[in-house]
Amino acid sequence: MDAKLEAAPSREAGKYSAGICTEELRVSYAGNEILKGVTLEARRGEILSIIGPAGAGKTSFLRCLNRLLDLDPDWQVSGTVLLNGQSIYSRELQVAVLRRKVGMVFSVPVTLPMTIYQNLTFGLSLNREGRSQRDEKVEKALREAYLWEEVKDRLDEPARNLSGGQQQRLCLARTLTLEPSVLLLDEPCSGLDPISTRRIEEALQQLKKNFMVILVTNNVKQAARASDRTAFFLFGEMIEVQKTELLFTTPREKKTADYISGRFG
Amino acid sequence: MPLPKLQRIGILSDRFAAFIIKGSAFVAILSLILIFVFIGKEALPVLTSPEVRSEASLSRLFLPQVHHAGEAAEFSWQPISDVPKYSLFPLFIGTLKVTLIAALIAIPLAVAAALYTSEFAPSWARETIKPCIEVLAGIPSVVVGFFCLMVIASWLQGAFGWTYRLNALTAGIGLSLAVIPIVYTVSEDAFSSVPQAFREGSIAMGASSWQTASRVVLPAAMPGVLAACILGFGRAIGETMIVLMASGNAAVLSWSPVDSIRTFSATVAAELGELVQGSPHYHVLFFIGAFLFLLTFVINLIGRWWVGRLQKKLQGAF
Amino acid sequence: MPSNWSDRTELKGKAMQALTALACLIIIAIVAIIIGNIVTYGAGKLSWEFLSEPPRDHFTKGGIFPAIFGTAALVILMTIAVIPLGVATAIYMHEYAPKRSRLVHFVRLAIQNLAGVPAIVFGLFGVGFFIEFVGRGIDRGLYGGSLVYGQPAIIWSALTMALLTLPTVVVATEEALRAIPANYREVAYSLGATRWQMIWRVVLPQSAGGILTGGILAVSRGSGEVAPVMFTGAAYSLPELPVRLHNQFMELGYHVYVMSTQAFDVEATKPALYSTVLVLLMLTFLLNFTGIMIRARIRKRLRDGR
Repeated sequence: MDAKLEAAPSREAGKYSAGICTEELRVSYAGNEILKGVTLEARRGEILSIIGPAGAGKTSFLRCLNRLLDLDPDWQVSGTVLLNGQSIYSRELQVAVLRRKVGMVFSVPVTLPMTIYQNLTFGLSLNREGRSQRDEKVEKALREAYLWEEVKDRLDEPARNLSGGQQQRLCLARTLTLEPSVLLLDEPCSGLDPISTRRIEEALQQLKKNFMVILVTNNVKQAARASDRTAFFLFGEMIEVQKTELLFTTPREKKTADYISGRFG
Repeated sequence: MPLPKLQRIGILSDRFAAFIIKGSAFVAILSLILIFVFIGKEALPVLTSPEVRSEASLSRLFLPQVHHAGEAAEFSWQPISDVPKYSLFPLFIGTLKVTLIAALIAIPLAVAAALYTSEFAPSWARETIKPCIEVLAGIPSVVVGFFCLMVIASWLQGAFGWTYRLNALTAGIGLSLAVIPIVYTVSEDAFSSVPQAFREGSIAMGASSWQTASRVVLPAAMPGVLAACILGFGRAIGETMIVLMASGNAAVLSWSPVDSIRTFSATVAAELGELVQGSPHYHVLFFIGAFLFLLTFVINLIGRWWVGRLQKKLQGAF
Repeated sequence: MPSNWSDRTELKGKAMQALTALACLIIIAIVAIIIGNIVTYGAGKLSWEFLSEPPRDHFTKGGIFPAIFGTAALVILMTIAVIPLGVATAIYMHEYAPKRSRLVHFVRLAIQNLAGVPAIVFGLFGVGFFIEFVGRGIDRGLYGGSLVYGQPAIIWSALTMALLTLPTVVVATEEALRAIPANYREVAYSLGATRWQMIWRVVLPQSAGGILTGGILAVSRGSGEVAPVMFTGAAYSLPELPVRLHNQFMELGYHVYVMSTQAFDVEATKPALYSTVLVLLMLTFLLNFTGIMIRARIRKRLRDGR
């Protein structure tokens, strides 16, 4: 399939209305161009990983999708971002609502200074959702993050008592309690041991069935083993995107091949 | 599609909270600006209003005046009298005397103590001295003034037998107690900020503790120590209660340290109660107040800016 | 090198070191003498009656309850004014204001340096603005010209003190806000919090300790400073306790000042005077000590990491 077609859903927006996609997304910070027109799309049922060297704009791309860049007025964003066919900047969509639909896990596990249970119900309590349903949602999210067995008896302990890998899975579960449509993960396994990494990757494999998952990773091997489609970013441009096996065996662009084989990075 | 009710409440409370916070901040900031503006406004008639100037113009405030025909021109502060006299000079001399005395006592003591704490003291000593200084800083100035008035003044008079029990020296000693904490704290911060590598280099060349402290640390921290002195001066100039209670409160113009004095701040404090709003006296007091305000504000600004620059310089040394 | 040269320099070095140690000793001794003197002469009259009864016979007998009450009332009113204003200002500057706003920069500069302005200048402002301007205005508007608020009153003293201690509260709150890692805010936002929800649920609970410290330090200063209240509301001898906002009030510090400089019979009132000073000192120390302890605990917790 032609790379351009796969990457430009605007004409077929109706077909991929159950997805999050960007079109000619440009981002600059204080006058410096960070993203130079990225057109990319993620669909439900697959894990899309984004690889590329540092400074490629991967994290900025992710932060666009849940409008986290809005917090700092030095970031300028232009272009289109559609979630299920609706622009994320439309007036009818409150930012807070968008952020619940597009959940994010950061590269450093940031647990709020509260108990495990309070961390998990934080998002729910913002929504003023019923207390009775909270316990169910908490358990469900913990199971989905492969953390239930380890913490089910420790819910009232401070969250900082957990190990690094557990904390990161807690952050994942925390996002899952809100039942988002999209999961954005920004190098979630950096600094984690291999076992924790594998648990998170297993959780993602299960989650992709019901969510759109976008995984930014510095670890090329992780992209190769854990994702279905892979996009390669370099200096603010998306060089190519295709099915993971194809990208890694027969990449179309020379730059992609160079990066994957480690000639630069 | 209207948003669900819970979400609308969330958004409304967000807007309401933002409104309250911005409003309160606005009130607070406005009040602070108001202080500047109001005091300046009430001081201005000294420069502009003809009625005020007939009694207390700038020249009357600063230059010697002939008050009685046939007598020599003199500086005199006597606002409450048949012929109101508004010379600021006696007040200036008084402020100068007591500030100098306080500085001469406080600065060597505080800087030496800071040097000791930072360079020579074992940790148990450090843990004793620092709280002591905090205690000293926490003593209200009215209590220091009380102690001066009751104990120091009598003690000094018993020992030296001066004419005036309450004078510049007594007040100066009390004032130094108020100045010591800030000079100590800022100096000690300056000494601590000197990178350890400086000391290690000096010791590696065979210098003793004292040589390291006096030839390496002290010069390196000198801007900070100077800033500490400046801040101490600012504190001394603005202090009211100690001087009010221990200096005798007589606007005497003399260079002797054992005569009673009047300072700017004590003058405002002492005469504020007898004011008639709008009278020249009122405006002159505000003039003094504005002067104090500006002076201490600028002193603080310079002192803190200097300290900030020193820290950047020391940390950027590497 | 002759052997006595290095001996002499060494001796000189040790002597200078000893001098600096002496400076410390002198300071410690002074503090000890002051406190010792006050405790010695003041403890004698200290008793429950002293603290709870009004004065009699020109302050030679009885207690200083009205002064304690007045100081407490002043401080409470001041706190009600200064804490919400100060915390709101700090929150606005840190969380709401645009990132590189010049206004905020100047305001911060003004606040940090206002702390060095003499207390008497605030007193001047209190008299000239609150009493003469606002007070008279209220009298003309609400009381038809009779003198109710246009004269010294506890409300004006409280507001003057609030202005004096506003920088303390703002600086302490900002310090607490700055200590909160940016990540916490990002996490809260990414879970769908609005700005106020983030402040209310994450920022304020985390900074509560710092705010408390600022409040305690403000209260400590408020109970000890005399110059601002001298002409804005404090009085030496009052028949009644201040129960209305436009009443005058007795205050511990002001009481000490007047009694030591203008009392008739210094010898007779000396014991009561010393005891009053002792009470004031104990009060300020207690507050200072509590504030410093809380601040040390907070800083320790920050260093150990959460």
